[in-house]
Amino acid sequence: MNAPASTAEKKIIPIVASPDKGPIAPPPGADEETIALYEAHQKIYPRSVSGYFSKWRWALVFLTQLVFYGLPWLEWGQRQAVLFDLGARRFYIFNLVLYPQDFVYLTGILVISALSLFLFTAVAGRLWCGYACPQTVYTEIFLWLEKLAEGDRSARMRRDAGPWNVDKVWRKTAKQLMWIAVGLWTGFTFVGYFTPIHSLAGAVMAMSMGPWETFWVLFYGFATYGNAGYMREQVCKYMCPYARFQSAMFDKDTLIVTYDELRGEPRGGRSKKADLSTLKLGACIDCSLCVQVCPTGIDIRKGLQYECIGCGACADVCDTVMDKMGYARGLVKYSTQNAVNQRWSGADILRHVLRPRVLVYSSVLLAVVLAMLVSLWMRAPFKVDVERDRSTLARIVSGGRLENVYRLQIMNARETPQTFEVSAEGLPGLTLSTDSSMEVGPTESRWIAIRVQLPYEGAAPGSHPIHFTVKSAPDAAVVTEKSVFIVPR
Amino acid sequence: MSDFTSNFWSVYVTAVTVIGIAACLFLLWFSGKAKAMTAHDNTTGHVWDGDLREMNNPLPRWWVGLFVITIIFSAIYLAFYPGLGASAGKLGWTSTGQFQAEIAKGEADIAPIYARFDAMSAEDIAKDPQAHAIGERLFMNNCSQCHGSDARGSKGFPNLTDADWLHGGSPEKIMETLNQGRVGQMPPMAAAVGSGDDVKNLANYVLSLSGSPHDSVRANLGKSKFAACAACHGSNGKGNPALGAPNLTDDIWLHGYGESAIINIVTNGKVNQMPAQAQKLSPAQIKVLSSYVWGFSNTGAVK
Repeated sequence: MNAPASTAEKKIIPIVASPDKGPIAPPPGADEETIALYEAHQKIYPRSVSGYFSKWRWALVFLTQLVFYGLPWLEWGQRQAVLFDLGARRFYIFNLVLYPQDFVYLTGILVISALSLFLFTAVAGRLWCGYACPQTVYTEIFLWLEKLAEGDRSARMRRDAGPWNVDKVWRKTAKQLMWIAVGLWTGFTFVGYFTPIHSLAGAVMAMSMGPWETFWVLFYGFATYGNAGYMREQVCKYMCPYARFQSAMFDKDTLIVTYDELRGEPRGGRSKKADLSTLKLGACIDCSLCVQVCPTGIDIRKGLQYECIGCGACADVCDTVMDKMGYARGLVKYSTQNAVNQRWSGADILRHVLRPRVLVYSSVLLAVVLAMLVSLWMRAPFKVDVERDRSTLARIVSGGRLENVYRLQIMNARETPQTFEVSAEGLPGLTLSTDSSMEVGPTESRWIAIRVQLPYEGAAPGSHPIHFTVKSAPDAAVVTEKSVFIVPR
Repeated sequence: MSDFTSNFWSVYVTAVTVIGIAACLFLLWFSGKAKAMTAHDNTTGHVWDGDLREMNNPLPRWWVGLFVITIIFSAIYLAFYPGLGASAGKLGWTSTGQFQAEIAKGEADIAPIYARFDAMSAEDIAKDPQAHAIGERLFMNNCSQCHGSDARGSKGFPNLTDADWLHGGSPEKIMETLNQGRVGQMPPMAAAVGSGDDVKNLANYVLSLSGSPHDSVRANLGKSKFAACAACHGSNGKGNPALGAPNLTDDIWLHGYGESAIINIVTNGKVNQMPAQAQKLSPAQIKVLSSYVWGFSNTGAVK
């Protein structure tokens, strides 16, 4: 590890996107200082921003929250359309009834989510972080409420620095009330996915919520309030693991929010009418707006940093400045490292989208999605478990027939009663001595004792594999389960 | 901790716990005081592999606050719960106490469910769907091991779904069987019957009682030997529920079918035991379970 490499063949690995700056050489010892290992929290006052990417973010805020807040209110037949009934261990998703045995579908959803994240990140960086992550979405909502009550960045900073007066108190109170209201509503909605939301609303009105419901409404509400109101960028910087491994998914053709250093530098203030060529200045007027709007408080002009959540706020605000100055847009923009270094056009970037890693992610993702859909499509609307009787190995009944006893658990995954036809195969002369037809109620799981008989000496002593075929009468779906028939000596 | 004769382990555990917490506090204090050398570009000056440099990424102070909260929590926890050696904690919590509280809570929870069956007759309970569901679970957990999950028994374990009852099939008798258990005694009778041939003749006579395949010559010869059996099984072989003596005239063979099985049981006898359940199940559970079992042969609700 510590083997000193000769300085001549020192290979430089840039950690920033800028092409010619390279890594900063370690300065001589004289430049050193001592600092504490802990850092006091610096409050960030993000300036509100409007523009192309901001519109996209708000569109996604509306879309995701319309789904989140709206879905539990949707009715489907006699019940809530999406309900995770943990008590009864049934998950209802529209016309789908999932049993605990269907948890493999959750695995599928998680795999799809992870692969989508890899794919989107490889193509366009932290799209999830910047636009759809709940932390971003709720922070956006809370920031909007904050602006409503306290005004934009400069007003908030001035008021926070000033003394407590009537104006400050009522504005802060108004903000808190709005934050708490949104937090509680979010907590209430969250619990509404697990307890029917109409009856939950009734229980809230009557102040008769159960202890667990009360706890989760308050806990989830508090988590929303704390994370979106106070923790904000701290969650992204210190708690979220994603920032730490995003570099594994980035390459030089990944879209990132980046500052065009070649065009921007040297930066400096100037009059709008000034002539750039005589001033020997780049396009950056050093207005610092890109820093002011950044929700994680970084300076994008320093290159790609792990704190950057790729929200594009700096790109939006820089475009408005460029418009005002009469310069071309795109000093801060979504671009790739290769595109910036090699002055590529948009078409060049597009040409480099289909890289091996993107193709691999896409094909694996497609395969998993297809497998999920096919398996959901072909899923039998019931499940069967066969258990041999716990004690009776075999018995001889009148007529000298051998009898084995099994318990069949039939789980109806439909919301209508189903009639099932059971048969046993695998040995010559195998018959059911119990009624072969049975009804199981809607979403009910029923154990049924089944007796199977074989003529005496119909098979050699020992255990013989047999299988049960259970057929659903309405749609002829079939489930086959293995078991054994025991012939005593 | 009261199980030990000396208080060594108590002191040991207390010391490990207290020193552990103190070490955490010291670590916090020490790293709060410590300063790191840092270059102006926010690297620590540490270089690996020639060009890999370490950045200084200070921990946010609120995160340190969470660490402090865990230490405060541990102090409060140790004050209220056992953890510091032999100290029982302010709340006096024990795992045994919690176990008993949960048992009491469980019993209190199910009491209203069983209370409903108190005033009901066995016949009504047998028809009640909720009682049926409870009875099925009780049966599966306590009875199916011997009688089978379909209650049809097997060799040595009576079938509970037919109309044949060794000790009587009324709900009261079934409840008595469940509460006290039963012992079925068939003494070895070979000596009383006579020679091996006599026993074989007797076995054929017994088979003839139910019209099962038999040797009629031997059956006739064995008829007189049945006097030895009549004391329990009755002169006509119809059995006696008061003694638990099986009816020999039906086609039900608890201990095996055919000549050799009968010879075996006459020669060797058999002690069959149904264990008492009164210690295991509450009276309310016994009531529901006996009605459930009664229902097999009386309501047509055979599974």
